Amino acid sequence: MTELSFYVHIPYCIKRCGYCDFNTYTPNELKDGASLETVSGDYIDAVLKEIDSAYLEAPGKVPTIFFGGGTPSLLPGKDLGRVISAIKQRWSVDDNCEITLEANPDSVDENKLQSFRDAGFNRISFGMQSAAPHVLATLDRTHNPANVERAVRSARNVGFSSISVDLIYGTPGETLEDWRASVESALALKVDHISAYALIVESGTKLAGQIKRKDISMPDDDLMADMYLLVDSLAQESGLSWYELSNWSKPGHESRHNIAYWKNANWWGLGPGAHSHLDGVRWFNVKHPNVYKSSLFEGKSPIHEREILTPSQIADEGIMLPIRMREGILRKNLSQVQQSNAEPYTRSGHIDLEKWGQGTLQLTPQGRLIADRIVRELVV
Amino acid sequence: MPAISLAKAPQPSATDPAQIRNFCIIAHIDHGKSTLADRMLGITEVVDPRHMREQYLDRMDIERERGITIKSQAVRLPWRSGIDGKEYILNMIDTPGHVDFTYEVSRSLAASEGAILLVDCAQGIEAQTLANLYLAMENNLKIIPVLNKIDLPAAQPEKFAAELAKLIGCEPSDCLRVSGKTGEGVAELLDQIVAQIPAPQGDANAPARALIFDSVYDVYRGVVTYVRVIDGHLSARDQIQMYSTGVRHEMLEVGVISPEPVPSKGLGVGEVGYLITGVKDVRQSRVGDTVTNYNNPTKHPLAGYKDPKPMVFSGLYPLDGADYPLLREALDKLQLNDAALVYEPESSAALGFGFRCGFLGLLHMEIVRERLERESNLSLISTAPNVVYNVMLDDGKAVIVTNPSEFPEGKILSVEEPIVRSTILAPSEFIGVIMELCQQRRGVLLGMDYLSEDRVEIRYTLPLAEIVFDFFDKLKSSTRGYASLDYEAIGDAEGDLVKVDILLQGEAVDAFSAIVHRDKAYAYGLMMTGKLRELIPRQQFEVPIQAAIGSRIIARENIRAIRKDVLAKCYGGDISRKRKLLEKQKEGKKRMKMVGRVEVPQEAFIAALATDADIEKAKAARK
Repeated sequence: MTELSFYVHIPYCIKRCGYCDFNTYTPNELKDGASLETVSGDYIDAVLKEIDSAYLEAPGKVPTIFFGGGTPSLLPGKDLGRVISAIKQRWSVDDNCEITLEANPDSVDENKLQSFRDAGFNRISFGMQSAAPHVLATLDRTHNPANVERAVRSARNVGFSSISVDLIYGTPGETLEDWRASVESALALKVDHISAYALIVESGTKLAGQIKRKDISMPDDDLMADMYLLVDSLAQESGLSWYELSNWSKPGHESRHNIAYWKNANWWGLGPGAHSHLDGVRWFNVKHPNVYKSSLFEGKSPIHEREILTPSQIADEGIMLPIRMREGILRKNLSQVQQSNAEPYTRSGHIDLEKWGQGTLQLTPQGRLIADRIVRELVV
Repeated sequence: MPAISLAKAPQPSATDPAQIRNFCIIAHIDHGKSTLADRMLGITEVVDPRHMREQYLDRMDIERERGITIKSQAVRLPWRSGIDGKEYILNMIDTPGHVDFTYEVSRSLAASEGAILLVDCAQGIEAQTLANLYLAMENNLKIIPVLNKIDLPAAQPEKFAAELAKLIGCEPSDCLRVSGKTGEGVAELLDQIVAQIPAPQGDANAPARALIFDSVYDVYRGVVTYVRVIDGHLSARDQIQMYSTGVRHEMLEVGVISPEPVPSKGLGVGEVGYLITGVKDVRQSRVGDTVTNYNNPTKHPLAGYKDPKPMVFSGLYPLDGADYPLLREALDKLQLNDAALVYEPESSAALGFGFRCGFLGLLHMEIVRERLERESNLSLISTAPNVVYNVMLDDGKAVIVTNPSEFPEGKILSVEEPIVRSTILAPSEFIGVIMELCQQRRGVLLGMDYLSEDRVEIRYTLPLAEIVFDFFDKLKSSTRGYASLDYEAIGDAEGDLVKVDILLQGEAVDAFSAIVHRDKAYAYGLMMTGKLRELIPRQQFEVPIQAAIGSRIIARENIRAIRKDVLAKCYGGDISRKRKLLEKQKEGKKRMKMVGRVEVPQEAFIAALATDADIEKAKAARK
């Protein structure tokens, strides 16, 4: 049976964080004086309409569902549950289906977490970012570091089978020691999974403005590299092994949903600005929630742009994505030229020499840090 | 009215030399030569007022570059003197602006008996004008000093009349005052040309001798040769012969420019005109050669000119390697019109395929590059210019080096480099900065004279190598644009010169090698390694950048290995964006040049070879 993963975009936040350029809005931005309750109901209605059209195109089995945002945990469990139920009604969804919720540790208590469990979620990913208050302040995050521990404990109490935290490194003003403390406190929570992302300064964000005005400055790449190597080794020491460039997990707790992206599986992104991929065709929806809603209510497609991948684009993605993963790329899938371009990196310690000898291109920690460069060598 | 209608004017081939006056105009760019020429065309009525337009002759110049008209190089102007009421033919011989000054100017000087020294009386004389003035005086030309732009509010005719009088050795009152713009004083100037400039002298019955003072390629007509007849007569029915080659040519057309080409029966003693023989290459009709009759050739050629020798060399490379054939074509085309341009193919590990080009001087180099870029739509990189070195080896062998890469490795006895005598004119307040600049460039002060109370002429000998790279820009910027420069080669002198190589990861980058004075080797090495450290992106391994004299390292910088080159995040929505970025980077990679294993973006080469002035220009262009 063909498989289709779902991404569900929840484009709402209480406030926008300074570094964030995601497609998310505060209720007030969408409608003067609006509250989350007033906007969320008909938003879910619109998503359900999109689900109907997805079913016509791609029936089959659903291995994973992922609610991201925005801040999905802001919405009531029952609202999110309507989406899960709608999917379960149409597609084959077994108990093994991974259903993830991205959550802000501030916006949940044990009751709310229970409502998410009731709605069908079994995996939760908390946006922790850092344990250092000055780093959180620079990131413009509201949460109190202590809330993270409470949230993780509650999530465990209500029976989430897989718990992850997200961390960000390389925030202006963050030292290697700050970072070590953040990673250690995340690992001390005995989570099943961590994601650690280097901060990317996206143009147009508040952070980009501060950097442009030289109020603050980005750490240099060497410090970023040290931070990466640190989280990699600390995670491994705690029994979380690396499985994708920025992700580490206990065995069996890898994010199957994200793996679907990196393996170029089929997935459908529901919601404004959400991207989808179906058998070599990629598309994404109109960005603004109001436009998205009105399109669907008027019976029109919310798709904004679509591309059909050419063989060379498929080939590029076939390097660019798997190289990020522990499984790497089988050498037999590389041309002679690609293999000879890769060779120098086996000598410089960027590609694992032993694995290379066994027929697989797998990046070492140093190699992962320059993965994009190695990709450029291989796609020529 | 002193103008004479063309039909009634003395006709070419039958004009008494006593009625002819040949003159040129020595002027700095923007001192108003073109406008004055316009007034002369108007007042002598050779151009119908309805057809008159600004910068009439210059306009033809541009058309000539596009290959549709013959350049108006020597204009025949009929004129009835207001003094004696007689008819005269004035030949205004242009001093072309497109090749390095001295050499070209000497050509028009040799065809004239007099020169108008035209000076903007708001600016005063410039160094190049001064050099040309001295040249004219050496050639025994009658000089008529003329102050132009007297209509300007900022005009200071008294001050600059005194300056010119001092230079020429005349009275300030001898300086004519004109306004090319209003026409004031132009008729008087024409009268003075008649009165002061001697008529040409020659033997009408001797075998023909005509001096080629310019030779221009025209796509429709082939080479158009400009001549000044000294003796005898060239007739449209003659077969002619070039003295130097002995080659016979059919005369397809002979005529004068007035200011459009007008065929005539011939050209007599003292006359100036053009010949068309059907040859396709200006080198077959060489400037300075003597044209004579094939059937009655002269045994005594005219003195001619020294062959212009390239003084400055630089590598020219197309930015896009695929444009190499286009560059060759463009150079070939340019050479049809510019016998002084020499080039040969050269390849550089760093820059790919290009040409080593030899130029008469800096201006020539700049103009050639500009014309190549403009007329053939090419984007070029040029390597740092260098001069010609004579290297004597231990074993007695001499090597001529026009490219640092040819600098011999073995034991060197001596290196000689060209020396120039330079003249700098500037307001006296800048004496200090000018002297400092010249000292830094190994200059030796020859002397200094005040042209007027607040303007000086400073003379230095300088190694040519010291001024080929950014000297003029530095001079201009440190004198707020007021200083002007001229120079002439005066020979070679031994210098303590060494070749500095720049090595990337142990591999010499040919484009950055330079021959410099030993005292400056360290500074060059430091500057270049520092520049490259900034310009070359970090690689996956450490890259040492070294400056070396032979095997001795004199400066070193390090580009640390890159440690991070990855976007950490790659969700579903990031995939397309990331792939598109990758596609863009693939294109960028094609523009990377490999030096050994080091990837160097082409922009880094360009930036490293740019002078400070280039960078300023680029910045200004972006604004």
